[in-house]
Amino acid sequence: MSDGWTQALHALGPMITGALLGTVPLALASFSLGLALALGVALMRLSRHRMLVAPARAYVSVIRGTPLLVQLFVVFYGLPAVGIVIPPWPSAILAFSLNVAGYTAETVRAAVAAVPRGQWDAAYMMGMSHTMTLRKVVLPQAARIAVPPLSNSFIALVKDTSLASLVLVTELFRRAQQIAAFTQDFMRLYVEAALVYWAVCLALSAGQSALERRLTRYAI
Amino acid sequence: MPSERLEPSTRRTPVLSVRGLRASIAGRSVLRGVDLTVNRSGVLAVIGPSGSGKTTLLRCLNGLHVADAGRITAGTGPDVHFDDAAGRRDAPRLRHRSAMVFQHHNLFPHMTAMQNVCVGPIAVQRRAADLVEQEARALLDRFGIGDRASSYPNELSGGQQQRVGLARALALRPDLLLVDEPTSALDPELVGDVLQLMSELAAEGWTMVVVTHELAFAADIADHIAFLHEGRVLEEGPPGAVLRSPEHDRTRQFVARLAH
Repeated sequence: MSDGWTQALHALGPMITGALLGTVPLALASFSLGLALALGVALMRLSRHRMLVAPARAYVSVIRGTPLLVQLFVVFYGLPAVGIVIPPWPSAILAFSLNVAGYTAETVRAAVAAVPRGQWDAAYMMGMSHTMTLRKVVLPQAARIAVPPLSNSFIALVKDTSLASLVLVTELFRRAQQIAAFTQDFMRLYVEAALVYWAVCLALSAGQSALERRLTRYAI
Repeated sequence: MPSERLEPSTRRTPVLSVRGLRASIAGRSVLRGVDLTVNRSGVLAVIGPSGSGKTTLLRCLNGLHVADAGRITAGTGPDVHFDDAAGRRDAPRLRHRSAMVFQHHNLFPHMTAMQNVCVGPIAVQRRAADLVEQEARALLDRFGIGDRASSYPNELSGGQQQRVGLARALALRPDLLLVDEPTSALDPELVGDVLQLMSELAAEGWTMVVVTHELAFAADIADHIAFLHEGRVLEEGPPGAVLRSPEHDRTRQFVARLAH
Protein backbone atom coordinates (compact mmCIF):
# COMPACT_ATOMS: atom_id res chain seq x y z
CA MET A 1 0.00 0.00 0.00
CA SER A 2 1.35 3.40 -0.98
CA ASP A 3 2.00 6.13 1.57
CA GLY A 4 -1.00 8.13 0.41
CA TRP A 5 -3.44 5.29 1.11
CA THR A 6 -1.86 4.55 4.48
CA GLN A 7 -2.21 8.21 5.45
CA ALA A 8 -5.83 8.20 4.28
CA LEU A 9 -6.48 5.09 6.38
CA HIS A 10 -4.91 6.73 9.41
CA ALA A 11 -7.04 9.83 8.81
CA LEU A 12 -10.23 7.78 8.97
CA GLY A 13 -10.07 7.45 12.76
CA PRO A 14 -9.85 11.21 13.49
CA MET A 15 -12.53 11.94 10.87
CA ILE A 16 -14.98 9.44 12.37
CA THR A 17 -14.18 10.86 15.81
CA GLY A 18 -14.87 14.31 14.37
CA ALA A 19 -18.21 13.07 13.07
CA LEU A 20 -19.20 11.41 16.33
CA LEU A 21 -17.98 14.16 18.68
CA GLY A 22 -18.51 17.15 16.41
CA THR A 23 -20.87 16.81 13.47
CA VAL A 24 -23.53 14.56 15.00
CA PRO A 25 -23.90 16.26 18.41
CA LEU A 26 -23.80 19.68 16.76
CA ALA A 27 -26.58 18.66 14.37
CA LEU A 28 -28.66 16.98 17.10
CA ALA A 29 -28.41 19.91 19.52
CA SER A 30 -29.13 22.51 16.82
CA PHE A 31 -32.02 20.53 15.38
CA SER A 32 -33.69 19.94 18.76
CA LEU A 33 -33.44 23.59 19.75
CA GLY A 34 -34.39 24.73 16.26
CA LEU A 35 -37.45 22.51 16.17
CA ALA A 36 -38.66 23.76 19.55
CA LEU A 37 -38.28 27.32 18.29
CA ALA A 38 -39.96 26.36 15.00
CA LEU A 39 -43.01 25.08 16.88
CA GLY A 40 -43.35 28.44 18.61
CA VAL A 41 -42.92 30.34 15.33
CA ALA A 42 -45.41 28.05 13.56
CA LEU A 43 -48.03 28.55 16.27
CA MET A 44 -47.49 32.31 16.04
CA ARG A 45 -47.97 32.12 12.28
CA LEU A 46 -51.24 30.20 12.77
CA SER A 47 -52.53 32.60 15.41
CA ARG A 48 -55.36 35.01 14.74
CA HIS A 49 -53.48 37.92 16.28
CA ARG A 50 -51.60 40.11 13.84
CA MET A 51 -49.18 41.02 16.63
CA LEU A 52 -47.99 37.41 16.63
CA VAL A 53 -48.25 36.67 12.92
CA ALA A 54 -46.17 39.62 11.72
CA PRO A 55 -42.96 38.96 13.72
CA ALA A 56 -43.14 35.26 12.88
CA ARG A 57 -43.40 36.03 9.17
CA ALA A 58 -40.54 38.53 9.39
CA TYR A 59 -38.37 35.99 11.19
CA VAL A 60 -38.94 33.29 8.57
CA SER A 61 -38.32 35.80 5.80
CA VAL A 62 -35.00 37.03 7.23
CA ILE A 63 -33.67 33.54 7.95
CA ARG A 64 -34.64 32.16 4.56
CA GLY A 65 -33.46 35.26 2.75
CA THR A 66 -29.89 35.27 4.08
CA PRO A 67 -27.06 32.73 3.69
CA LEU A 68 -26.36 30.40 6.57
CA LEU A 69 -22.65 31.22 6.38
CA VAL A 70 -23.42 34.91 6.83
CA GLN A 71 -25.68 34.14 9.82
CA LEU A 72 -22.87 32.08 11.35
CA PHE A 73 -20.35 34.89 10.84
CA VAL A 74 -22.70 37.49 12.32
CA VAL A 75 -22.97 35.41 15.50
CA PHE A 76 -19.30 34.43 15.83
CA TYR A 77 -17.38 37.36 14.32
CA GLY A 78 -20.04 40.10 14.40
CA LEU A 79 -21.44 39.93 17.93
CA PRO A 80 -18.00 40.33 19.65
CA ALA A 81 -17.78 43.76 17.98
CA VAL A 82 -20.78 44.84 20.08
CA GLY A 83 -19.39 43.22 23.20
CA ILE A 84 -21.08 39.82 22.97
CA VAL A 85 -18.46 37.11 22.80
CA ILE A 86 -19.77 33.59 22.33
CA PRO A 87 -17.37 30.62 22.11
CA PRO A 88 -17.28 28.49 18.92
CA TRP A 89 -19.60 25.66 19.96
CA PRO A 90 -22.44 27.81 21.39
CA SER A 91 -22.06 30.20 18.41
CA ALA A 92 -22.50 27.35 15.96
CA ILE A 93 -25.44 25.85 17.85
CA LEU A 94 -27.10 29.27 18.10
CA ALA A 95 -26.70 30.08 14.40
CA PHE A 96 -27.76 26.62 13.23
CA SER A 97 -30.81 26.51 15.57
CA LEU A 98 -32.01 29.91 14.39
CA ASN A 99 -31.54 28.79 10.79
CA VAL A 100 -33.28 25.44 11.25
CA ALA A 101 -36.19 27.17 13.01
CA GLY A 102 -36.68 29.51 10.05
CA TYR A 103 -36.97 26.64 7.62
CA THR A 104 -38.84 24.05 9.67
CA ALA A 105 -41.36 26.57 11.04
CA GLU A 106 -43.04 26.49 7.63
CA THR A 107 -42.98 22.68 7.62
CA VAL A 108 -44.57 22.56 11.07
CA ARG A 109 -47.12 25.22 10.16
CA ALA A 110 -48.17 23.33 7.03
CA ALA A 111 -48.38 20.05 8.96
CA VAL A 112 -50.57 21.57 11.70
CA ALA A 113 -52.77 23.19 9.06
CA ALA A 114 -53.10 19.82 7.27
CA VAL A 115 -54.78 18.19 10.28
CA PRO A 116 -58.50 18.23 9.39
CA ARG A 117 -60.77 20.75 11.09
CA GLY A 118 -62.97 17.88 12.31
CA GLN A 119 -60.17 16.77 14.62
CA TRP A 120 -60.29 20.12 16.43
CA ASP A 121 -64.09 19.84 16.56
CA ALA A 122 -63.98 16.38 18.10
CA ALA A 123 -61.40 17.45 20.69
CA TYR A 124 -63.28 20.65 21.59
CA MET A 125 -66.53 18.66 21.69
CA MET A 126 -65.18 16.57 24.56
CA GLY A 127 -64.14 19.70 26.44
CA MET A 128 -60.44 19.84 25.59
CA SER A 129 -58.75 23.24 25.78
CA HIS A 130 -56.79 24.67 22.85
CA THR A 131 -53.50 23.57 24.43
CA MET A 132 -54.68 20.06 25.22
CA THR A 133 -56.10 19.71 21.71
CA LEU A 134 -52.71 20.64 20.26
CA ARG A 135 -50.84 18.31 22.56
CA LYS A 136 -53.07 15.24 22.42
CA VAL A 137 -54.76 15.46 19.04
CA VAL A 138 -53.21 17.85 16.54
CA LEU A 139 -49.45 17.70 17.10
CA PRO A 140 -49.22 13.88 17.11
CA GLN A 141 -50.92 13.87 13.71
CA ALA A 142 -48.91 16.84 12.46
CA ALA A 143 -45.73 15.04 13.52
CA ARG A 144 -46.62 12.13 11.27
CA ILE A 145 -47.15 14.49 8.35
CA ALA A 146 -43.95 16.41 9.08
CA VAL A 147 -41.54 13.49 9.49
CA PRO A 148 -40.42 13.21 5.83
CA PRO A 149 -39.78 16.94 5.28
CA LEU A 150 -38.20 17.31 8.73
CA SER A 151 -35.89 14.39 8.02
CA ASN A 152 -34.76 16.16 4.87
CA SER A 153 -34.07 19.31 6.88
CA PHE A 154 -32.08 17.29 9.41
CA ILE A 155 -29.96 15.62 6.75
CA ALA A 156 -29.33 19.02 5.14
CA LEU A 157 -28.29 20.36 8.54
CA VAL A 158 -25.83 17.49 9.09
CA LYS A 159 -24.04 18.54 5.91
CA ASP A 160 -24.31 22.27 6.71
CA THR A 161 -22.50 21.71 10.01
CA SER A 162 -19.30 21.54 7.92
CA LEU A 163 -19.55 25.34 7.88
CA ALA A 164 -18.84 25.27 11.62
CA SER A 165 -15.23 24.48 10.71
CA LEU A 166 -15.02 28.17 9.76
CA VAL A 167 -15.85 29.25 13.32
CA LEU A 168 -13.24 26.93 14.82
CA VAL A 169 -15.51 24.04 15.84
CA THR A 170 -13.57 20.79 15.57
CA GLU A 171 -15.93 18.60 13.61
CA LEU A 172 -15.47 16.18 10.75
CA PHE A 173 -14.48 18.65 8.07
CA ARG A 174 -12.13 20.66 10.27
CA ARG A 175 -10.34 17.40 11.09
CA ALA A 176 -10.05 16.70 7.37
CA GLN A 177 -8.65 20.20 6.74
CA GLN A 178 -6.13 19.87 9.56
CA ILE A 179 -4.87 16.52 8.28
CA ALA A 180 -4.82 17.69 4.66
CA ALA A 181 -2.83 20.79 5.60
CA PHE A 182 -0.24 18.46 7.08
CA THR A 183 -0.08 15.78 4.35
CA GLN A 184 -0.97 18.05 1.37
CA ASP A 185 -3.00 15.12 -0.01
CA PHE A 186 -6.15 17.23 -0.58
CA MET A 187 -7.94 15.09 -3.15
CA ARG A 188 -7.83 11.84 -1.22
CA LEU A 189 -8.65 13.38 2.17
CA TYR A 190 -11.53 15.59 1.02
CA VAL A 191 -13.10 12.73 -0.94
CA GLU A 192 -12.68 10.64 2.20
CA ALA A 193 -14.45 13.34 4.24
CA ALA A 194 -17.25 13.35 1.65
CA LEU A 195 -17.59 9.57 2.01
CA VAL A 196 -17.83 9.83 5.81
CA TYR A 197 -20.60 12.47 5.44
CA TRP A 198 -22.34 10.17 2.99
CA ALA A 199 -22.16 7.25 5.43
CA VAL A 200 -23.64 9.37 8.22
CA CYS A 201 -26.47 10.51 5.95
CA LEU A 202 -27.18 6.95 4.80
CA ALA A 203 -27.51 5.88 8.42
CA LEU A 204 -29.88 8.81 9.06
CA SER A 205 -32.01 7.93 6.02
CA ALA A 206 -32.37 4.40 7.34
CA GLY A 207 -33.45 5.86 10.67
CA GLN A 208 -36.00 8.04 8.89
CA SER A 209 -37.51 5.05 7.09
CA ALA A 210 -37.78 3.12 10.35
CA LEU A 211 -39.48 6.08 12.04
CA GLU A 212 -41.95 6.45 9.17
CA ARG A 213 -42.78 2.75 9.26
CA ARG A 214 -43.44 2.99 12.97
CA LEU A 215 -45.75 5.95 12.46
CA THR A 216 -47.76 4.49 9.56
CA ARG A 217 -49.80 1.99 11.53
CA TYR A 218 -52.55 4.55 11.14
CA ALA A 219 -53.24 6.69 8.11
CA ILE A 220 -54.31 10.30 8.27
CA MET B 1 -76.10 6.08 33.72
CA PRO B 2 -79.30 7.61 32.38
CA SER B 3 -81.61 4.73 33.33
CA GLU B 4 -81.33 5.85 36.95
CA ARG B 5 -82.77 9.21 36.02
CA LEU B 6 -86.00 7.84 34.63
CA GLU B 7 -88.37 8.55 37.53
CA PRO B 8 -91.67 9.84 36.15
CA SER B 9 -91.35 13.09 38.11
CA THR B 10 -88.27 14.10 36.15
CA ARG B 11 -89.50 13.01 32.75
CA ARG B 12 -90.96 16.36 31.83
CA THR B 13 -88.05 18.54 32.91
CA PRO B 14 -86.36 20.23 29.99
CA VAL B 15 -82.80 19.10 29.32
CA LEU B 16 -82.41 21.53 26.49
CA SER B 17 -83.99 24.89 26.04
CA VAL B 18 -83.15 27.15 23.11
CA ARG B 19 -84.62 30.64 22.80
CA GLY B 20 -84.27 33.10 19.94
CA LEU B 21 -81.05 31.55 18.69
CA ARG B 22 -79.38 33.42 15.85
CA ALA B 23 -76.14 32.42 14.18
CA SER B 24 -74.20 33.32 11.08
CA ILE B 25 -71.33 31.85 9.11
CA ALA B 26 -68.94 34.28 7.45
CA GLY B 27 -71.49 37.08 7.71
CA ARG B 28 -74.32 35.04 6.21
CA SER B 29 -77.27 34.57 8.55
CA VAL B 30 -77.90 30.83 9.04
CA LEU B 31 -80.14 30.61 12.12
CA ARG B 32 -82.75 33.36 12.39
CA GLY B 33 -84.40 32.90 15.77
CA VAL B 34 -84.74 29.25 16.74
CA ASP B 35 -86.81 28.15 19.76
CA LEU B 36 -86.70 24.52 20.87
CA THR B 37 -87.26 22.49 24.01
CA VAL B 38 -86.25 18.89 24.61
CA ASN B 39 -87.46 17.15 27.75
CA ARG B 40 -85.50 14.57 29.64
CA SER B 41 -85.38 11.29 27.71
CA GLY B 42 -86.91 13.02 24.73
CA VAL B 43 -85.66 12.45 21.21
CA LEU B 44 -85.87 15.43 18.89
CA ALA B 45 -85.28 14.92 15.20
CA VAL B 46 -84.35 18.04 13.26
CA ILE B 47 -85.21 17.73 9.57
CA GLY B 48 -85.04 20.18 6.74
CA PRO B 49 -83.43 20.84 3.37
CA SER B 50 -79.68 21.26 2.92
CA GLY B 51 -78.57 24.69 4.03
CA SER B 52 -81.50 25.11 6.40
CA GLY B 53 -79.09 25.37 9.36
CA LYS B 54 -79.49 21.92 10.89
CA THR B 55 -75.81 21.21 11.42
CA THR B 56 -75.10 24.78 12.55
CA LEU B 57 -77.86 24.40 15.12
CA LEU B 58 -76.26 21.22 16.44
CA ARG B 59 -72.83 22.86 16.56
CA CYS B 60 -74.27 25.79 18.49
CA LEU B 61 -75.75 23.41 21.05
CA ASN B 62 -72.25 22.08 21.77
CA GLY B 63 -70.58 25.47 21.63
CA LEU B 64 -68.54 24.48 18.56
CA HIS B 65 -70.19 27.34 16.74
CA VAL B 66 -70.76 30.49 18.75
CA ALA B 67 -74.23 31.92 18.19
CA ASP B 68 -74.78 35.67 17.69
CA ALA B 69 -77.85 36.06 19.87
CA GLY B 70 -80.29 34.11 21.97
CA ARG B 71 -79.96 31.70 24.86
CA ILE B 72 -79.19 28.02 25.34
CA THR B 73 -79.69 26.04 28.53
CA ALA B 74 -78.40 22.50 28.43
CA GLY B 75 -78.68 19.91 31.18
CA THR B 76 -78.07 21.16 34.69
CA GLY B 77 -75.71 23.82 33.38
CA PRO B 78 -76.24 27.55 33.61
CA ASP B 79 -77.92 29.53 30.84
CA VAL B 80 -75.55 30.66 28.13
CA HIS B 81 -76.57 33.99 26.65
CA PHE B 82 -75.19 35.05 23.30
CA ASP B 83 -76.34 38.65 23.27
CA ASP B 84 -73.02 40.11 24.43
CA ALA B 85 -69.34 39.24 24.11
CA ALA B 86 -69.05 38.13 27.74
CA GLY B 87 -71.90 35.67 27.27
CA ARG B 88 -70.48 34.36 24.02
CA ARG B 89 -67.24 33.53 25.80
CA ASP B 90 -69.25 31.09 27.92
CA ALA B 91 -70.15 28.98 24.86
CA PRO B 92 -67.53 26.29 25.64
CA ARG B 93 -69.35 25.56 28.91
CA LEU B 94 -72.08 23.91 26.85
CA ARG B 95 -69.59 21.14 26.10
CA HIS B 96 -69.76 19.87 29.65
CA ARG B 97 -73.45 19.08 29.12
CA SER B 98 -73.63 17.60 25.66
CA ALA B 99 -71.60 15.27 23.50
CA MET B 100 -71.69 15.05 19.75
CA VAL B 101 -71.51 12.25 17.21
CA PHE B 102 -70.21 13.66 13.95
CA GLN B 103 -71.42 12.91 10.45
CA HIS B 104 -67.93 11.82 9.39
CA HIS B 105 -67.17 10.37 12.84
CA ASN B 106 -64.00 12.49 13.31
CA LEU B 107 -62.26 9.75 15.27
CA PHE B 108 -58.67 10.44 16.28
CA PRO B 109 -56.65 8.40 13.75
CA HIS B 110 -53.60 8.07 16.00
CA MET B 111 -55.54 6.47 18.82
CA THR B 112 -57.09 3.01 19.06
CA ALA B 113 -60.86 2.62 19.37
CA MET B 114 -60.37 2.19 23.12
CA GLN B 115 -58.19 5.30 23.41
CA ASN B 116 -60.70 7.31 21.39
CA VAL B 117 -63.40 6.43 23.89
CA CYS B 118 -61.26 6.93 27.01
CA VAL B 119 -59.32 10.12 26.26
CA GLY B 120 -62.17 12.51 27.09
CA PRO B 121 -63.23 10.96 30.41
CA ILE B 122 -59.61 10.50 31.54
CA ALA B 123 -57.81 13.59 30.23
CA VAL B 124 -60.64 16.12 30.39
CA GLN B 125 -63.01 14.87 33.09
CA ARG B 126 -60.16 13.43 35.17
CA ARG B 127 -62.06 10.28 36.03
CA ALA B 128 -60.18 7.20 37.28
CA ALA B 129 -58.54 5.47 34.30
CA ASP B 130 -59.37 1.89 35.33
CA LEU B 131 -63.06 2.63 35.81
CA VAL B 132 -63.25 4.57 32.55
CA GLU B 133 -61.62 1.67 30.70
CA GLN B 134 -64.09 -0.79 32.20
CA GLU B 135 -66.95 1.41 31.13
CA ALA B 136 -65.46 1.91 27.64
CA ARG B 137 -65.01 -1.83 27.22
CA ALA B 138 -68.62 -2.39 28.21
CA LEU B 139 -69.78 0.21 25.66
CA LEU B 140 -67.69 -1.29 22.85
CA ASP B 141 -68.89 -4.81 23.75
CA ARG B 142 -72.46 -3.73 23.74
CA PHE B 143 -72.05 -2.11 20.32
CA GLY B 144 -70.59 -5.38 19.02
CA ILE B 145 -67.05 -4.08 18.49
CA GLY B 146 -65.40 -5.27 21.70
CA ASP B 147 -62.94 -7.30 19.63
CA ARG B 148 -61.85 -4.14 17.77
CA ALA B 149 -60.89 -2.20 20.92
CA SER B 150 -57.21 -2.05 19.97
CA SER B 151 -57.79 -1.32 16.28
CA TYR B 152 -57.05 2.06 14.78
CA PRO B 153 -59.87 3.91 12.99
CA ASN B 154 -58.43 3.21 9.52
CA GLU B 155 -58.72 -0.49 10.32
CA LEU B 156 -62.45 -0.17 11.00
CA SER B 157 -65.42 -0.05 8.63
CA GLY B 158 -67.61 3.06 8.45
CA GLY B 159 -70.27 1.40 10.59
CA GLN B 160 -67.70 0.38 13.19
CA GLN B 161 -66.23 3.88 13.23
CA GLN B 162 -69.66 5.30 13.87
CA ARG B 163 -70.12 2.96 16.82
CA VAL B 164 -66.79 4.08 18.26
CA GLY B 165 -67.96 7.68 17.80
CA LEU B 166 -71.17 6.88 19.63
CA ALA B 167 -69.29 5.10 22.43
CA ARG B 168 -66.91 8.06 22.66
CA ALA B 169 -69.84 10.44 23.11
CA LEU B 170 -71.66 8.22 25.64
CA ALA B 171 -68.48 7.70 27.70
CA LEU B 172 -68.52 11.45 28.41
CA ARG B 173 -71.84 10.85 30.27
CA PRO B 174 -73.54 13.86 28.70
CA ASP B 175 -76.98 15.12 29.67
CA LEU B 176 -77.68 15.45 25.99
CA LEU B 177 -76.50 13.48 22.98
CA LEU B 178 -76.17 15.37 19.67
CA VAL B 179 -76.09 13.23 16.53
CA ASP B 180 -75.36 14.73 13.10
CA GLU B 181 -76.70 12.83 10.08
CA PRO B 182 -76.09 9.33 11.47
CA THR B 183 -77.23 7.58 8.29
CA SER B 184 -75.68 9.72 5.58
CA ALA B 185 -72.11 8.37 5.68
CA LEU B 186 -73.25 4.74 5.87
CA ASP B 187 -73.97 2.08 3.29
CA PRO B 188 -77.75 1.75 2.91
CA GLU B 189 -77.79 -1.76 4.38
CA LEU B 190 -76.31 -0.42 7.63
CA VAL B 191 -79.03 2.17 8.18
CA GLY B 192 -81.25 -0.39 9.91
CA ASP B 193 -78.46 -1.25 12.35
CA VAL B 194 -77.82 2.31 13.44
CA LEU B 195 -81.56 2.91 13.77
CA GLN B 196 -81.80 -0.16 16.01
CA LEU B 197 -78.86 1.03 18.09
CA MET B 198 -80.24 4.52 18.55
CA SER B 199 -83.71 3.26 19.38
CA GLU B 200 -82.14 1.21 22.17
CA LEU B 201 -80.36 4.29 23.48
CA ALA B 202 -83.61 6.25 23.35
CA ALA B 203 -85.40 3.47 25.23
CA GLU B 204 -82.69 3.61 27.88
CA GLY B 205 -83.54 7.21 28.49
CA TRP B 206 -80.78 9.13 26.73
CA THR B 207 -81.92 12.56 25.66
CA MET B 208 -81.04 13.14 22.02
CA VAL B 209 -81.10 15.68 19.24
CA VAL B 210 -80.68 13.98 15.88
CA VAL B 211 -80.21 15.84 12.62
CA THR B 212 -81.28 13.72 9.69
CA HIS B 213 -82.42 13.62 6.07
CA GLU B 214 -83.97 10.23 6.55
CA LEU B 215 -87.67 10.80 7.32
CA ALA B 216 -88.44 7.15 8.09
CA PHE B 217 -85.54 7.18 10.50
CA ALA B 218 -86.82 10.39 12.11
CA ALA B 219 -90.32 8.96 12.41
CA ASP B 220 -89.04 5.78 14.04
CA ILE B 221 -86.68 7.28 16.55
CA ALA B 222 -88.09 10.67 17.49
CA ASP B 223 -90.94 11.65 19.76
CA HIS B 224 -90.74 15.18 18.42
CA ILE B 225 -89.80 16.52 15.01
CA ALA B 226 -88.76 20.05 14.12
CA PHE B 227 -88.74 21.13 10.47
CA LEU B 228 -86.07 23.74 9.95
CA HIS B 229 -86.38 26.03 6.97
CA GLU B 230 -84.14 28.99 6.19
CA GLY B 231 -82.94 29.20 9.76
CA ARG B 232 -86.32 29.01 11.45
CA VAL B 233 -88.40 26.20 12.94
CA LEU B 234 -91.29 26.30 10.50
CA GLU B 235 -93.20 23.45 12.04
CA GLU B 236 -92.82 21.09 14.97
CA GLY B 237 -94.71 18.39 16.79
CA PRO B 238 -95.05 14.62 17.09
CA PRO B 239 -93.76 12.73 14.03
CA GLY B 240 -97.24 11.63 12.96
CA ALA B 241 -98.47 15.19 12.74
CA VAL B 242 -95.41 16.77 11.08
CA LEU B 243 -94.74 13.99 8.57
CA ARG B 244 -98.28 12.87 7.75
CA SER B 245 -100.29 16.05 7.91
CA PRO B 246 -97.93 19.00 7.72
CA GLU B 247 -99.49 22.43 8.07
CA HIS B 248 -97.08 24.39 5.92
CA ASP B 249 -96.61 24.10 2.17
CA ARG B 250 -92.84 24.06 2.61
CA THR B 251 -93.01 21.10 4.98
CA ARG B 252 -95.44 19.32 2.67
CA GLN B 253 -93.12 19.79 -0.31
CA PHE B 254 -90.11 18.60 1.68
CA VAL B 255 -91.91 15.53 2.98
CA ALA B 256 -93.37 14.72 -0.42
CA ARG B 257 -89.99 14.96 -2.13
CA LEU B 258 -88.26 12.64 0.31
CA ALA B 259 -91.03 10.16 1.14
CA HIS B 260 -91.22 7.92 -1.87
